[in-house]
Amino acid sequence: MTEAISYFQDRTCPYHPPSAYQPLREAGPLTQVTFYDGRKVWAVTGHAEARALLSDPRLSADRQNPAFPIPFERFAAIRRVRTPLIGVDDPEHNTQRRMLIPSFSVKRTAALRPEIQLIVDELIDRMLEQGPPAELVSAFALPVPSMVICALLGVPYADHEFFEEESRRILRGRSAEEAEDARAKLEEYFAGLIADKEKRPGDGLLDELIEDRLRAGALEHDELVRLAMILLVAGHETTANMISLGVFTLLEHPEQLAQLKSEESLMPTAVEELLRFLSIADGLLRVAKEDIEVGGQLIRADDGVLFPASLINRDENTYPAPDRLDFGRSARHHVAFGFGIHQCLGQNLARAELEIALRSLFTRIPDLRLAVPAAEIPFKPGDTLQGMIELPLAW
Amino acid sequence: MAADERKGSGMRITIDQDVCIGAGQCALTAPAVFDQDDDGFGLVRPGREDGAGDPLVREAARACPVQAITITDD
Repeated sequence: MTEAISYFQDRTCPYHPPSAYQPLREAGPLTQVTFYDGRKVWAVTGHAEARALLSDPRLSADRQNPAFPIPFERFAAIRRVRTPLIGVDDPEHNTQRRMLIPSFSVKRTAALRPEIQLIVDELIDRMLEQGPPAELVSAFALPVPSMVICALLGVPYADHEFFEEESRRILRGRSAEEAEDARAKLEEYFAGLIADKEKRPGDGLLDELIEDRLRAGALEHDELVRLAMILLVAGHETTANMISLGVFTLLEHPEQLAQLKSEESLMPTAVEELLRFLSIADGLLRVAKEDIEVGGQLIRADDGVLFPASLINRDENTYPAPDRLDFGRSARHHVAFGFGIHQCLGQNLARAELEIALRSLFTRIPDLRLAVPAAEIPFKPGDTLQGMIELPLAW
Repeated sequence: MAADERKGSGMRITIDQDVCIGAGQCALTAPAVFDQDDDGFGLVRPGREDGAGDPLVREAARACPVQAITITDD
């Protein structure tokens, strides 16, 4: 390899990693890429190496570390504030995570299934009433996880237009100023909501945290505000992308879709394979606190390390014929939810939402199809989150 | 020790709940052997500490994102 490949580049097909990244897969398991600011960052593409490094305490998620890599100029402000949970290391991270674990267990998530089903059914009712064509992102893919996380946290869904827009500006705003402004607006919103809840408690996770932690002095007010923001943003943007891109991908793979329709018990396996294949959260970052030798390379202290899930999840040593969507394989051990102490807290909720959303959509609207040619449908540019911008469907 | 003597009783599974982050991977991968307690932390089902011959036990240990599961073979 001569020149380090620039990162992030746009996907050419919404469900495949950019073809420009192909040399990274060939040169792996670790190669250097160049970020927008000219900084060289390690890209880990080997599955075994990624899992080892993501569970290595010598790599830090602390975004306030001045050496933490910034993927886009608009994220430059992330160093200014401490981001709980995803932006801190143990033991601080552990204390925060432990407060939340009970609410996201397999059983608690399973108990939410009837409520998720109700939300999904009502949204499909509305789509059917209004008739084709429908734009799936706004009619279904975004409202499903948004309503579910609102119910879980105890956030009024009536405010969804506000927080969906501010979340979008945090994640995909044009500048650092815009992202900072959106973050401030969401903080103000949650500070108000939490103050209200202290006076008039509801029955969501935020209310539990106020009752059990805030009042006991185990949690600071500011920390709860930022935690609430993280949970809300992470709880709806990610799953919305998986639903929209998942539906698009299935419609573009009629054989696999037919298999899924004829064999309902296949759904959990299919969801795992879609998580692997689509890898919508594509670009976890860490900074090295010490020198680390791995995969024949030396990561030095203060080096940035990037984990492109879409490449790691297509390591052919782990997943034979990795570029094929195959519901016959076990996609187990994919890193779509990350790995190590920061592995997605809401992963079981996401699985439940995806299973229910996909099953219900294709059962109730069996002849669902793209309303315009696939090539005309806009999808997100190369970024840490991938998915469809719009998905016009007909039936 | 002969292989047939080892079967079932030779394996011992433990979970370090101080390390567990409640991802639920063990309970999802090998639900006959692993469960989560009311607080969401992983546990080995009582009486199944020997793995109950479940071939998915090692897969579950590998799926744990924080290596909280230890399998010892006598």
